[in-house]
Amino acid sequence: MIEIKNLHKSFGGKAVLRGVNLTIQDGERLVIVGRSGCGKSVLLKHIINLLQPDEGYILVDEIPIRKVGQKDLFQLRRQFGFLFQGAALFDSMTVSENIALPLNEHTKWSKTEIAEKVSEKLSLVGLPGIEDLKPSELSGGMKKRVGLARALILEPKYIMYDEPTTGLDPIMAANIDKLIVKLSEHLQVTSIVVTHDMQSVEKVADRVVMLHNGRIIFSGTVDEMNRSDDEVVHQFVTADADGPIQPKPQKYLT
Amino acid sequence: MITFINTIGRTVILFVHEVGAVSTLTLRAFRYSNRIWKMRRLIIEQMLDIGVRSLPLVIFVGVFAGAVASIQTAYQLKGYISFNYLGAATSVAVFIELGPVLTALVAAGRIGASIAAELGTMRVTEQIDAMEALAIDPVRYLALPRILSGFIMIPLLTIVADFVGILGGYGVAYLNLNLPAEIFFGSVKEFFTIMNVMSGLIKAFFFGGITAIVGCYVGFNAQGGAEGVGQATIRAFVISAALILLNDYLLSLILF
Repeated sequence: MIEIKNLHKSFGGKAVLRGVNLTIQDGERLVIVGRSGCGKSVLLKHIINLLQPDEGYILVDEIPIRKVGQKDLFQLRRQFGFLFQGAALFDSMTVSENIALPLNEHTKWSKTEIAEKVSEKLSLVGLPGIEDLKPSELSGGMKKRVGLARALILEPKYIMYDEPTTGLDPIMAANIDKLIVKLSEHLQVTSIVVTHDMQSVEKVADRVVMLHNGRIIFSGTVDEMNRSDDEVVHQFVTADADGPIQPKPQKYLT
Repeated sequence: MITFINTIGRTVILFVHEVGAVSTLTLRAFRYSNRIWKMRRLIIEQMLDIGVRSLPLVIFVGVFAGAVASIQTAYQLKGYISFNYLGAATSVAVFIELGPVLTALVAAGRIGASIAAELGTMRVTEQIDAMEALAIDPVRYLALPRILSGFIMIPLLTIVADFVGILGGYGVAYLNLNLPAEIFFGSVKEFFTIMNVMSGLIKAFFFGGITAIVGCYVGFNAQGGAEGVGQATIRAFVISAALILLNDYLLSLILF
C-alpha cells in the first residue's frame, strides 16, 4: 500500500502540488487524471523519490521512502516498474540490453537465463524477436512496449505508467490499455496510471482521482466521475472548452 | 550598494554550493570503488572512448606544440646559446608544461564536452531517471567509469603527446637548422630527469580527473531540451579549461 500525505512541491516559486493526500491499495488500478502540466508526473516521480517533496511524506508499505538510506532506497525501488512518457530507453543499447540491464546489475543469472527472461517479457508485451533492434529503429508504440518490458523485468509489485497512450494512434493506445489490464490481472500488480486520455481511463481504471490546482479534487469510480456535479470534473470529462478550467496554465502561488 | 553586496553574496553562495555538489558527486562515485572489477567492461569502454579515440587529435596537437616550442626556443637561443641545447630546452617545455596542459585542454574540448553532451541528453530525455527507477545509481554506472578513465587516460595521452612533441621539435630543428639527431636527442638525454616527466604526469592526472568530473556534473545537471544540452556542453568546456589553467598554476607552485 502507498500512502501520500500532505505532499507539497514547488518549482521556482510555482507551487505544483499543494497538499496531496492519496492512498493506493494493493492490487488496484488507479488512474490519476488532470490537465497537462498539473503535476501528475511530478506526483508519480515523488513516489519513488526521483523528486523530493518540500513538505509531506510518502509511505510505501509503511516505509517512509524519503527517510531510507541510499542503499535501502535502491532496494525499495526494485519493487517498482516505471514506464516513462517517452519510454526513456537507453539509446546506446539494443532492446535486449535495455531490458536485461536491471538483471545484469542486480542478479547473478547466467547470460542464457537473462536472454530467456528478456524474450519472455518481450512476448508478454507482444514484441517477440526484436532483441537486436536499437531504440531508434522502433516506432513510438513499440518503444513504450519495450519500456514496459523493461519495467516488468524485476517482477515489480507496483507499476507506474506516465501517460502511456500519449502520442499513439487509437489502435496502439487501445493495445496499451489492454496490456495494462492484462498485466494487472495476470501479475496481480498494483497499477498507477497517469493520463489525460479519457478513453484510456474508461478502459483501465478501477478508481480515478483528479488532480487540479495542486490538490486531489475527486476520487471515485469512472461512473462516479462521469456523473460528478463538480464543475471542474464535469468540464474535464466532457472536454468542454467553456468552464472553470482556464486554457492558459495557471501559476499557483503558495 | 546593497544590490552589489547582494550580488556578491549570491555568487559566493552559488560557488560554495557548486563546489560542494561537485565534491559530493566525486565522493559518491568513489564510494563504489569496491565494484570496479565488476564494472571493468564499462570502464574499458570509456577508456577506449576517452583515450584511444582521442589519440589522433592528441598526436596532431602534440607534434605541432613540440614544433612551435622548438621554433620559439631556437629564436630565443639565437646569438646567445648554442643550438646544441635546443633539444633539452624543447623537451623540458614539452614534459612539464606543453604536453600535460595542451593534452588536457584538448581533452576538455573533446572528452569533457562529449561527456556533458551525452549525460545531458540522457538527463533531458529521462534516461537518467529511468536508470534510477531501475534501482541503478547513475553515479556508479555512468560517472565512475568516466571519472576513472579521465584520471588514467589523460596521463597516458600525455606520454604520447610528450613523445610526438619531441619528435615534432626535432623535425623543425632538422628542417630549419639542419641539427643532427645525435645532438638534438643527446641534449634531450643529458637534461632528462624523471622528475620533469613525473611532474607533467601528476598534472595530467589531476587535469584528467577535473575534466571528467566537471563533464559528469554539468551533464547530470543539464536542464531543458536541446538548448540545455548545448549550454551544458559549452559550460563543461569553459569550466574544465579554467580549472585546468588554475590547477596548472597551483601544481606548478607545489611541484617546482
